[in-house]
Amino acid sequence: MSGSAGRLSQWLLPLAVFCGALALWEIVVRVREIPPYVLPAPSLIAKTLVQDWSTLSGSLLVTLRITFEALFAAVIGGAGLAILFAQWRWAERSFFPFAIVLQVTPIVAIAPLLLVYLESETAVLVCAFLVAFFPILSNTALGLASADHNLVDLFDLHRASRFKQLIHLRLPAALPYFLGGLRIGGGLALIGAIVAEIAAGSAGQGAGLAFRIVEAGYRLNIPTCSRRWR
Amino acid sequence: MPGPIVALKRAGKTFGNGVSALEALDLDVREGEFLTLLGPSGCGKSTALRMIAGLSQPTSGALQWRAGTRPDVGFVFQEPTLLPWASVWSNVYLPLRLTGVSKAQAGPSVDKAIDLVGLTGFERAFPRELSGGMKMRASIARALTMRPPLLLLDEPFAALDEITRMKLNDDLLALKAELGTTIVFVTHSVFESVYLSTRIAIFAARPGRIAETLDIEAPPVRGEAFRLSPAYADYCRRASHALHAAMGRAA
Ligand SMILES: Nc1ncnc2c1ncn2[C@@H]1O[C@H](COP(=O)(O)OP(=O)(O)O)[C@@H](O)[C@H]1O
Ligand SMILES: [Mg+2]
Repeated sequence: MSGSAGRLSQWLLPLAVFCGALALWEIVVRVREIPPYVLPAPSLIAKTLVQDWSTLSGSLLVTLRITFEALFAAVIGGAGLAILFAQWRWAERSFFPFAIVLQVTPIVAIAPLLLVYLESETAVLVCAFLVAFFPILSNTALGLASADHNLVDLFDLHRASRFKQLIHLRLPAALPYFLGGLRIGGGLALIGAIVAEIAAGSAGQGAGLAFRIVEAGYRLNIPTCSRRWR
Repeated sequence: MPGPIVALKRAGKTFGNGVSALEALDLDVREGEFLTLLGPSGCGKSTALRMIAGLSQPTSGALQWRAGTRPDVGFVFQEPTLLPWASVWSNVYLPLRLTGVSKAQAGPSVDKAIDLVGLTGFERAFPRELSGGMKMRASIARALTMRPPLLLLDEPFAALDEITRMKLNDDLLALKAELGTTIVFVTHSVFESVYLSTRIAIFAARPGRIAETLDIEAPPVRGEAFRLSPAYADYCRRASHALHAAMGRAA
């Protein structure tokens, strides 16, 4: 009994709250007669979504593909570099400052430059990569260093090589940290891709989601804009 | 009588931060004995044990191994320190795995070690599924897989409840009687040291050194009878007295 009740509240309650919020939004827009270019009602957004699905789905695919490519590259680069850092302290000392400089530089500042240097789609990919890279690197590095020091001693006691220590101790210990970094990095890759697409503006030929947002914004087609931001 | 397995000759340890943990420590570990290092916390017991294990190098003095080099040693930490993602069996297999022994070859040794600590039937359990006492048993089994001639334990039962600790004390004595392993055991409990040891080295602090040693004449496998005997009480009194004298001198 309590199990099914628990499951009910687990799914039904959030759903009800979500629908309630949408209904409230709809009511506010209708009662106060807010024009759609200021705040479109959810019903209008849904209608636009259905109407423009053919162009929107294409753009969505473009952006998602770039996001996943960037995330994949960030996983290889971030986790790989973290392992390198864990194995050789001099590598960490030499390269970590670069990673930090990249992290603290706002992506909107780099994006226009990259757009000059690179083709727009590649530039978007690099931007998404740059923002996803750091959380994966730093989380994995933290995880690799988190191995129990007594276990490290045990490995030393049995004269285990650094490689064996990595395989049997540091990598498994780092896994939860890595997954945490992956979650953050995944969200950031999408944001990075969209920010770069916006920076690319009309120059963006890739026609990703943000391109549609910018384009719709020019035409004051707010329902399309807000649909993309959701 | 052959010489000691290992002799610490005026071994000293000063850490990088200037803390002098040990000074001119002279200590023999004799074949077959159960030697306990007893002292207040911070007096350098762990440092001495880690030196014997080769996990820490003396900054002065030296260690002399009877065999010329350090043989395999088993080490049990204060916490069970098991790999949380590995089963009991895999944890006990770890030392052999690290030395390159295949699973099939290691099988009998691993099973035997698990049997020795009474964990048969729990091979596939994960550490999180075990009680504190069982985790410590798994940790001891891991230290025994290589059948080391020397077993080092650093306050292994300090975090366990009294009843579990008594049981593990008895089981450790039974293990020692069966395997004949030489044991060096660190504790800050006078009662535990008297109950387990054949010899107690009482440490004085700041800097760490041995203030006194005390031989315990009692049968190798002890029990309630020994714990309730006048001899036990007398040894406890003497050890406690020596400990307080050592601490008083340090203060
Ligand atoms: N790695 C270390 N670096 C600096 N000081 C240490 C280190 N390990 C231990 N010490 C110091 O050495 C002294 C002895 O420590 P330890 O051997 O752990 O004592 P015990 O095991 O008897 O409690 C303590 O004062 C402790 O703070
Ligand atoms: Mg200690």
